Amino acid sequence: MTTRLDLPELQQPSRRTFLKSAGVAAAGLLIGFQWIGSGGRAMAADPAEGTFAPNAFLRIGPDDSVTVIAKHVEMGQGAYTGIATILAEELDADWRKVRVESAPADAERYANLAWGKMQGTGGSSAMANSWMQLREAGAKARAMLIAAAAAAWNVPVSELTTREGVVHHAASGRQASYGSLAAAASKLPVPENVTLKSPEEFRLVGRQAPRVDAAAKSDGTAQFTLDVTMPGMLVALLQRPPQFGATVKSFDASAAKAVPGVVSVVQVPRGVAVVAQGFWAAKQGRDALKVEWDDSKAEKRSSDAMLAEYRQLAEKPGLPARVEGDAATALAGAAKTVSASYEFPYLAHAPMEPLDAVVKLTADRCEIWTGAQFQTIDQANAAKTAGLEPQQVTIHTLYAGGSFGRRANPGSDYIVEAVSIAKALGANGTPVKLQWTREDDIHGGLYRPMYVHKLEAGLDAEGKLIGWRHRIVGQSILAGTPFEQMMVKDGVDHTSVEGAANLPYAIPNMSVELTTTQAGVPVLWWRVVGSSHTAFAVEAFIDEAAQAAGQDPLAFRRALLAKQPRLLGVLELAAEKAGWDPAKPLPKGRGRGIAVAEAFNTYVAQVAEVTVDEKGQVKVDRVVCAVDCGTPINPDIIAAQMEGGIGFGLGAVMHSAITLKDGKVEQNNFDGYQVLRIAEMPKVEVHIVPSGEAPTGVGEPGVAPVGPAVANAIFAATGKRVHTLPFLSQGRLA
Amino acid sequence: MATTLVLNGKNITLDADPSMPLLWAIREVAGLTGTKFGCGMAQCGACTVHMDGQAVRSCVLPLSAVAGKHITTIEGLESKPAKAVQAAWVKLQVPQCGYCQSGQIMSATALLERNAAPSDADIDAAMNGNICRCATYARIRDAIHEAADTLKA
Ligand code: FES
Ligand code: FES
Repeated sequence: MTTRLDLPELQQPSRRTFLKSAGVAAAGLLIGFQWIGSGGRAMAADPAEGTFAPNAFLRIGPDDSVTVIAKHVEMGQGAYTGIATILAEELDADWRKVRVESAPADAERYANLAWGKMQGTGGSSAMANSWMQLREAGAKARAMLIAAAAAAWNVPVSELTTREGVVHHAASGRQASYGSLAAAASKLPVPENVTLKSPEEFRLVGRQAPRVDAAAKSDGTAQFTLDVTMPGMLVALLQRPPQFGATVKSFDASAAKAVPGVVSVVQVPRGVAVVAQGFWAAKQGRDALKVEWDDSKAEKRSSDAMLAEYRQLAEKPGLPARVEGDAATALAGAAKTVSASYEFPYLAHAPMEPLDAVVKLTADRCEIWTGAQFQTIDQANAAKTAGLEPQQVTIHTLYAGGSFGRRANPGSDYIVEAVSIAKALGANGTPVKLQWTREDDIHGGLYRPMYVHKLEAGLDAEGKLIGWRHRIVGQSILAGTPFEQMMVKDGVDHTSVEGAANLPYAIPNMSVELTTTQAGVPVLWWRVVGSSHTAFAVEAFIDEAAQAAGQDPLAFRRALLAKQPRLLGVLELAAEKAGWDPAKPLPKGRGRGIAVAEAFNTYVAQVAEVTVDEKGQVKVDRVVCAVDCGTPINPDIIAAQMEGGIGFGLGAVMHSAITLKDGKVEQNNFDGYQVLRIAEMPKVEVHIVPSGEAPTGVGEPGVAPVGPAVANAIFAATGKRVHTLPFLSQGRLA
Repeated sequence: MATTLVLNGKNITLDADPSMPLLWAIREVAGLTGTKFGCGMAQCGACTVHMDGQAVRSCVLPLSAVAGKHITTIEGLESKPAKAVQAAWVKLQVPQCGYCQSGQIMSATALLERNAAPSDADIDAAMNGNICRCATYARIRDAIHEAADTLKA
């Protein structure tokens, strides 16, 4: 299926640009499209003399250095190490010589193959889409190095072997390092076909290849955008409106300009920027700035009022996202019914590095340094803002200090702001760093949407689930973005219902419905996207259904997952490792809960153990996690992503909420927007299912089951169900 | 106005607004960028440095308050506990995005310098001011124990 569309105003890089959809897979976030005309091809400098650069992903220097060029951003998820592992595996490289360098923005060479012709990172797709591409890149390079040695030694290729960056000829005892063969190999043709290793031959994949960035991130030398500095660089802070949708009516810059170090105050579409010689002057200048806002088009509602409206909407049918059999009849005729509602707040991503970007803009060129996650879209949006063609925009992708989806935004908000400021300053080539503060981040929108879910289940006389109705109410993430045509079908935004519409439980009558609401609060995907709320609703409610059926939560799920071997596999593994045993409940005040979810084709089950004291204080003691992500590439990174995902998800369900009062965000910083801290981090055990399936991602899926597993454990400990998130209020169960 | 202090063992005079938080003076005036900005209000610990051996939040410490003090940043770590902490961080592969880790390492080092064998509870108490959005907390705990063990050996 091919869809053609015109991009909305902000994202449209040129008239020639259109997106081409290769279809939307029903059950996964599989999107395919092309950004024709946006493939700004910023060629890397010509490789040095004697360097072997057989493809866009690899350079081998005469000094034996192996440089892997990463098309994906490293934002903590381990992409650099994973990418290097895959390529180095087939190359038979010496891991100690492997370095990773970030690719320039270039959709021609560095597209995410899961998305078509667009470079970007997201949907836990980095390993999945790089797997075959980088294996081939490595294997072809290896074949060329062998061919170079064979020619030099005048022996058949078949007599040569490789190991850790060296070609060996056993018969003669000769050997040559890859670096010494680089110049000769670079003159050979790239082979059409190569044989890839069989899994038994893997030396790096599936082992503990240490992270390529661990040392630099332990001694302060890793370079983030915050750390970029260049001669004459200015720092800008932007005063944005206090309510979403408000605009500048007028401003008085006199006090701001009086602050020593402030160079300029300029109005841009998103607000008024104070530009100074450093952060502190810019901050003081912004504090002194007086802006009057026009709020006539602003969102002025409170989130409480919106929530009340959502609750009413959840009582009414929505658009069908999944229909099986006849849910209404099944529910009406059920021997027993249960129903429950679950409420989810807006959530900020709050990556540890407040958003920032450095821009150097001249009349015909725009150079950007940032932790970019959607390079092709960022390039197009920057070009549009600057009045240039995408090819004139260069992006240097740096380490991102976290993202969790925030930097993958179709409007490139912070990059567009930075470019607009550089433009307002005269596009004179002065480098400008736009720095967000934490308050800017918490107030900055693009939140995980607020949702209300209402679920009803019907059981027959034997306690079998025969009917299921699931209504979801909330804003669409993709409406109005370039992704809308591909991922919103018949009014149903895939990201609103994923994890619910593809419910894996075998229930004969099912209705999953979506009511999409309108609000002026900008929203965005947040780590694990739809499953950040759907997995909670589904897995908490299936537990309520099990209780109504008088069955053990594990046994109840098991029976409904008979045709889902991979989900069942992780469920059984987590239960076994956690010592799940309905005959042996934990002592009073403690409880165990289980949950399972699929996200981005990765399967995760978790068992949580909690202690709840008389005051309602909750301590999550332990989480046992089982994950099936196909062929495990870097087991230690898989474990780290499960641990981190659990901590990230836990902080959200326990503490985090963005609320609005009269359209103004009520939280400002980490005092009001609370996240997990170390004292609340449970012990985590991760078990990886051995698999020969193609690898899938691990950055997000670990987040999905932790909330419901904990909620179900709280029920086991207290008999109380969690229906509203976050579940702590003043540190206690609400 | 100039403020003189001892930064990573060297006398240094920084010519900057005395109300400027030490964080920005270190980063933008002294040019040491290992210390990070996360919240600007002593909530996250990303900016943690040592002042006369104590872990402090440099984002809320005006330059005027550090005149004559000994300030150590991640770039200036030299003590045995510091090196043990950094080695443990690499060995246990603690960092993910890495942005919080300078602050984590500064807090962990200050802890080990005063308590050679911290319990989990000691670690939680000493490290609770350092947020890691990647939630590397379990490994931070393990790495501090690992560092303590190597120092004992
Ligand atoms: S930046 Fe200083 S504590 Fe957060
Ligand atoms: S490693 Fe990313 S915030 Fe700590």
